[in-house]
Amino acid sequence: MNMVRALALLPFVAMLVGPFFLNRVTPTILGMPLLLAWFVAWILISAAIMAVIFRFDPLNRDDVS
Amino acid sequence: MNWALAGIAAAALLALGLGFLARRGRPMGLGQWTVAGRSFGAPLVFLLMAGEIYTTFAFLGGSGFAYGRGGPVYYILCYATLAYVMSYFMLPPIWRYARDNELYSQADFFVGKYQSPMLGVLVSVVGIVALIPYLVLQFKGLGIIVEIAGYGAIGATPAVWIGAAVATAYVMVSGVRGSAWTAVAKDAAILLVVVFLGIYFPLHYYGGLGAMFAAIEQAKPGFTVLPERGEGVWWFSSTVLLTALGFYMWPHSFGSIYSARHERAIRVNAMLLPLYQLILLFVFLIGFAAILQVPDLKGTEVDLALFKLSVKTFDPWVVGLIGAAGVLTALVPGSMILMTAATLLANNLYRAVRRSAADAHVVNVARLLVPVVALVAIYFTLQGGQTIVALLLMGYSFVTQLFPPLVLSLARNRWVTREGAAAGIVAGVATVAAMSLSHATIATLFPALPVQIKELNPGLVALAVNIVVLVVVSAAVKFATARQGVLAPGSEQPSQPA
Repeated sequence: MNMVRALALLPFVAMLVGPFFLNRVTPTILGMPLLLAWFVAWILISAAIMAVIFRFDPLNRDDVS
Repeated sequence: MNWALAGIAAAALLALGLGFLARRGRPMGLGQWTVAGRSFGAPLVFLLMAGEIYTTFAFLGGSGFAYGRGGPVYYILCYATLAYVMSYFMLPPIWRYARDNELYSQADFFVGKYQSPMLGVLVSVVGIVALIPYLVLQFKGLGIIVEIAGYGAIGATPAVWIGAAVATAYVMVSGVRGSAWTAVAKDAAILLVVVFLGIYFPLHYYGGLGAMFAAIEQAKPGFTVLPERGEGVWWFSSTVLLTALGFYMWPHSFGSIYSARHERAIRVNAMLLPLYQLILLFVFLIGFAAILQVPDLKGTEVDLALFKLSVKTFDPWVVGLIGAAGVLTALVPGSMILMTAATLLANNLYRAVRRSAADAHVVNVARLLVPVVALVAIYFTLQGGQTIVALLLMGYSFVTQLFPPLVLSLARNRWVTREGAAAGIVAGVATVAAMSLSHATIATLFPALPVQIKELNPGLVALAVNIVVLVVVSAAVKFATARQGVLAPGSEQPSQPA
């Protein structure tokens, strides 16, 4: 459980530390500068991570709290 | 027939109609008016929470920021995403406490947790001082949008008066329900407009995204990433972190938590709201597309990038639709701010003086204060001036000072005292004000530090001062009460209201 919740730290690392290594225009991805593409990818990954956390969270079983 | 004007008028009428209908004949007690009786499911909570991001700032400021300053604009994508991730863990305990103690405002939370109505007064004052410039920003945006999208048929000043009157009317009648139902129309409109423009402009003017970014790179090398100096990576990371912490500290964002029917609604939204952030990507693309098409916008004119490019590209009826969406992005957040500010004034300031006031009386006071708040904001909007700009820049840093005492009040081991919380907030707010008014940065305060540290967001200094004062004062108070000895058992829990 706590291991799953720890996934929530990944978006912080990616968005706060990532720019130090990826602050460049090239290579472009889908036409976007690398830095922008990195952030867009991590928005999608963040939503996926939250979905995983939600699924494994015992608080979200069918009984509406 | 001025099609543009017709579209804008239709938007205002739609907002008014939805706002009135939202009440659906319910009696409006304090609980209904401020938090909709805690009855909203996930979709309406989603719209309220998203409503705070998609304001006129997203519409005008977001594209203008991309146009004028380039890569640093990406911080908006990041801080909200991180705030939503945090919200999964941070908001449900707040919601539970609010439900169990029947809270109506953000300040109520501090009053309850720290057993201190005076702390509630302090939190309300900080909130109101931050909210008014935010409201002014919405009104200013409204004026600009109507003036440009209506091709000058209505000036900015009458537009501000009409818009403020519409928002005031439906907030007085329907409270937070009015904001939620108009948000349905607003989000549908902005979604369509922004995604369409964000795809159309790069295709139409450049032939595609890649070609557009290549053209910008050729004209302004490095513009679409972070610069070496100034708003570089150190500025970026510190600003993302600071604004992510402050995100839910806005009194109107905080209040929208209370309107949820169950805490699951909040957790569902923590999962979905990051995806909604992607709409901002299209806002940025609009701003980037404008760089080479409507060059030479200077100073505050950069905020007009979206509309200047639209007017250049489309027939008036399309501009009217865009303007209509823009009007809604001003009215909905504007109405939430009006409701929140009036609630803080009535529930936490007026009631602190008249303790015996009943809920039924307080809600009437709050409603009567809505037009008062609106008039104050209209005054600052029309008067212009630099004061309000300075206040606006400070607003976000002000509310961020509420973060440490809030989070620490959720911990099981409560070592922060009400004195510590209050002293920390005052010290943090004073630091923000002093630094902003004297235009101090870390570089001017500590010239000997390495350049990377100097480029950190100055708000971090205020937050650090806040935390140090909070810890020191709390420890001192604990120590003093402990020395008074065994006579005061249970000093672990603050017992009496101040």
